Amino acid sequence: MSFFDTPTLALARRHFLGRSGLVLSGPAVALLTGNHTLAAAAGAADPKDVQILNTALGAELEAIAAYQVGAQSNLLQKPALDLALTFQGHHKEHAELLAKTVEKLGGKPAAAKTAYDFPVASLKSQADVLRFAAKLEQGAVSAYLGAVPLFANRDLSKAAASILGDEAMHWAVLRQAIGEAPVLSAFVA
Amino acid sequence: MTSQGHRVARKSFARRGAMLLLAGAACAGTQAAPASAVRGEAVYARCAACHALAQNRVGPKHCGLFGRTSGSVPNFDYSAAMKRAHIVWNSQTLDRFLTSPLKMVPGTAMTYDGVPDAADRADLIAYLREAANSPECRP
Repeated sequence: MSFFDTPTLALARRHFLGRSGLVLSGPAVALLTGNHTLAAAAGAADPKDVQILNTALGAELEAIAAYQVGAQSNLLQKPALDLALTFQGHHKEHAELLAKTVEKLGGKPAAAKTAYDFPVASLKSQADVLRFAAKLEQGAVSAYLGAVPLFANRDLSKAAASILGDEAMHWAVLRQAIGEAPVLSAFVA
Repeated sequence: MTSQGHRVARKSFARRGAMLLLAGAACAGTQAAPASAVRGEAVYARCAACHALAQNRVGPKHCGLFGRTSGSVPNFDYSAAMKRAHIVWNSQTLDRFLTSPLKMVPGTAMTYDGVPDAADRADLIAYLREAANSPECRP
């Protein structure tokens, strides 16, 4: 069975980790593979790491809310709607993992706001919604890029880079969906 | 990202490389390009996961930033560190903060490594200053 034939994301992830030779260690491995007991036993966390994870969690929760606004706007038609819901699902997975990690490292996970303030009045078409989503994803890529070097625990850096890669793909696919060149530069900043 | 944005990203790397190459050379006579709000808008795209001009998001809104005291946007839940910082935001303080937010305000929730390129920071600050007079900030 190839990576692309795997029926679920969890299976695909395990398959990827098993076949790729990707070597992660310590808490990040434990967290990425769902073994939170191991993660909890990995030692005391740097408070800054917990803050970094919580800031990322706040952004992921906001992204989930933004995609929800897009999905309920009646502006998205299939397959763009399916795309948005798929990406929202990824952000939910990121948020769940980040929240559990914060908890296991002894912190209190950031909670979703009761209300988010998005520029909904300016979203008048499917392209507007997708462009707004692309902008958020671009920002997320930069945010993770700016967080990766800050972690005291390098395994958390690696885990954050894994999320960064996913969000970069979202950004590229959304750009493609609105008719823009998906990837214009060899580097992100 | 606009093609302008990608030019900015490329230039950021190019500038760093150029700085390394020129570090030991006499650079007398060279002058930095004036800050550009247009280029700064592309740099601002890096902030979009957490910030907007007119809305509080993960980070506070940027309309009204210049002259504002840190930690003072109503209804925004700041970190304790930012509440204590008492920084008045202007070109100089923003340049220091954007260089390394966690060095200037240890404990800030802006857990971001900063904008390393001085020209990018100058462009970003120029954009933020100009945006204060935009329709988004003055509806």
